[in-house]
Amino acid sequence: MNIMKFRPLFLIISTLLILASVFSIIFWGFKPSVDFSGGSSWQVSLPSKPGTENLKEIFTKNQLELLTVSVNQDQYFLKFGNISNDQKEQLTAALITLDPGFVDLQFETLGAILGKELMIKTIWAIVLSSISLLLFIGSRFKDLSFGASAVLAMFYDALILVGSFSILGHFFGAEVDALFVTALLTTLSASVHDTVVTFDRIRELKSLSFRLDWVELSNKAVSEVIVRSINNSMTIIFMLLALVVLGGASTRWFATALLIGVISGTYSSIAVAIPLMLLTKRKKNDENRKSN
Amino acid sequence: MLRNNRRVLTIFWSIIAVTFLCIIINLPAKFNLFGRTFYRPDFSLNLGSSQLKPNLDLRFGLDLAGGASLLFEVDTSKVSKADLPSALESLKSNIESRVNLFGVSESNVQLANRGDSYRLSVDLPGVTDINEAIKLIGQTAQLSFMGLIDLPPEATATATSADYLKDTGLMGSHLVKAVPQPNPNTGEMEVSLEFNSEGAKLFEKATTDYLNKRLAILLDDQIITAPSVGVIIADGRAVINGNFDIKSAKALSAQLNAGALPLPIKLIQQSQVGASLGQDSISNGVKAGLVGLALVSLFMIGNYGFLGLIADFGLIIYGLITLTLYRLIPVTLTFPGIVGFILSVGMAVDSNILIFERMKEELRAGKTWNNAMELGFGRAWSSIKDANTCTIITGLILFNPFNWPFLNNSGMVRGFAVTLLIGIFLGMFTGVFVTRNLLRVLARKKI
Repeated sequence: MNIMKFRPLFLIISTLLILASVFSIIFWGFKPSVDFSGGSSWQVSLPSKPGTENLKEIFTKNQLELLTVSVNQDQYFLKFGNISNDQKEQLTAALITLDPGFVDLQFETLGAILGKELMIKTIWAIVLSSISLLLFIGSRFKDLSFGASAVLAMFYDALILVGSFSILGHFFGAEVDALFVTALLTTLSASVHDTVVTFDRIRELKSLSFRLDWVELSNKAVSEVIVRSINNSMTIIFMLLALVVLGGASTRWFATALLIGVISGTYSSIAVAIPLMLLTKRKKNDENRKSN
Repeated sequence: MLRNNRRVLTIFWSIIAVTFLCIIINLPAKFNLFGRTFYRPDFSLNLGSSQLKPNLDLRFGLDLAGGASLLFEVDTSKVSKADLPSALESLKSNIESRVNLFGVSESNVQLANRGDSYRLSVDLPGVTDINEAIKLIGQTAQLSFMGLIDLPPEATATATSADYLKDTGLMGSHLVKAVPQPNPNTGEMEVSLEFNSEGAKLFEKATTDYLNKRLAILLDDQIITAPSVGVIIADGRAVINGNFDIKSAKALSAQLNAGALPLPIKLIQQSQVGASLGQDSISNGVKAGLVGLALVSLFMIGNYGFLGLIADFGLIIYGLITLTLYRLIPVTLTFPGIVGFILSVGMAVDSNILIFERMKEELRAGKTWNNAMELGFGRAWSSIKDANTCTIITGLILFNPFNWPFLNNSGMVRGFAVTLLIGIFLGMFTGVFVTRNLLRVLARKKI
């Protein structure tokens, strides 16, 4: 299987995905959840399914601004600023008048300081896991081009996941919350472990067969591990897909983030990490030839 | 070879035994089968006089069980640095006793600091009326007794409360205990108070001073009742009555018993989950888990045939041991935790896939089936180790085992990390050790 002949195609696909992510991040940004922005989020069930303008009206009457409403069947997800308990009681009373079947499902209100704190904690977690994974890759591969390619593939996956959530946020209202960050870190580790397994195989083959060049080695290694790589991703994808479809609204986006991360991680270990590694190896070969 | 065989058989039967033990532990505490009611053994151990009885119920977090969670910022500005630790400690125990009197089981009060600022988090499973909880926990409940002074009529128009109230010196700190009880005559709820000896003396003096006048009882500077004093009371017992029902009488007693908070607190975060949403989340999670598991099982059998079937058995054992660990450790399950578990099921078969793919290669290279199996397990081990190391690193950073203040310590993220970590370690165990020994015994015909 000569999968590496598709390198130009991989390059085009990966570049397009990167551009789409960067474009969306710059122009559309993110929808932060109250975890990060502070404020209140309220999930209520209104079986009579009133229009969102009715809800906006209730909030305006109580001198509050309803920032966003998203509706999933009879469940309403409301976001607004911090409120006192008396204000919440007034809102509850108004909603019961609007729809006697009102059920208070989930309510959260969070000061803005906490959002800022979580942001700092998140940055720490990302820095710390990147450094640990870098150290791990460094300890596994003395060869710099292997290590650097694995790291770049890891950052590629992170960018794709972050970009996808910018796009999903713009079109479907997906929010970036503490669980998204958790999914991001899990993606980093999934990305690295897929790449490590593939690179391990290339090294193993290198020590067995001296006559093959790096491209041939990579092809052989990929054809040997691709079944495992895809099968393993498939099992994880089955589990996550079941969660996205059946798991209910509260963690749908969390499962979606993990799903995107796993798919991207499998793709990048073959289509990003190896081509990057080959890029440096070919240059080295050229230099060797010149010096010969 | 024979001895080796015996060892393998011993391991095999041990695995089967552990599996059955796990099945028993995971049975419902009470269930009906064939028209008869069965009870799960409670595994209690008698050690001399003390009895060890493990709680085998699954614990659910607030997002699944429903309930309220509150986060308070502690104002430490009025306390000197030296007094701070003891003030914080008494604040915590004070809040704890208020929460306990609220009648919540498995509540959790935690103190956390970030630099110079201190936070107090209170988890109240099953509590649906969050406002009542905030009132009970956040209120300072300073009790005081004041005499009402008769003012000349011309002064009443401009008088403030301070003008006609005179402090008797009797306070909440003189209280031994407050108990809610019905009045023996009217049946109305009241709160009976018992003072210590100093309090009893002050109370005797107050009742003497204000005999046939009114004595006001104030809570946080609000008059709750102002009965007129009919007799001089020397035994240090008093009763507060004023339109209490059972609930409010209980709440007031709770607040009085707990006394005033040593440090002021301010609510900065509250969240609340209705019990119905939690129930839905659990059933959705279970549904998704079962469907995913069925898909993975079919996929493994479709791809690897008999080997896949053994891997599926390994996966079932994995699931049973995981649930048993959740009960024994115990792990508080949150919905992200269920996601972590479901994700780790997908990852657990990874070891098997790595091994089976290796086996296929060895078979293609002309090895016998048994040799291929042993080689497959042996050679795949380094890949399995590598693959799981990365997840363990990330899992530890998310779990934050040393409670580093600069990392996340929210229950949601931790709930995910803990089930993922358990899943990874156990997945390596069942994926390698368990399936290998199952195969050694069940696939012997193929030699």
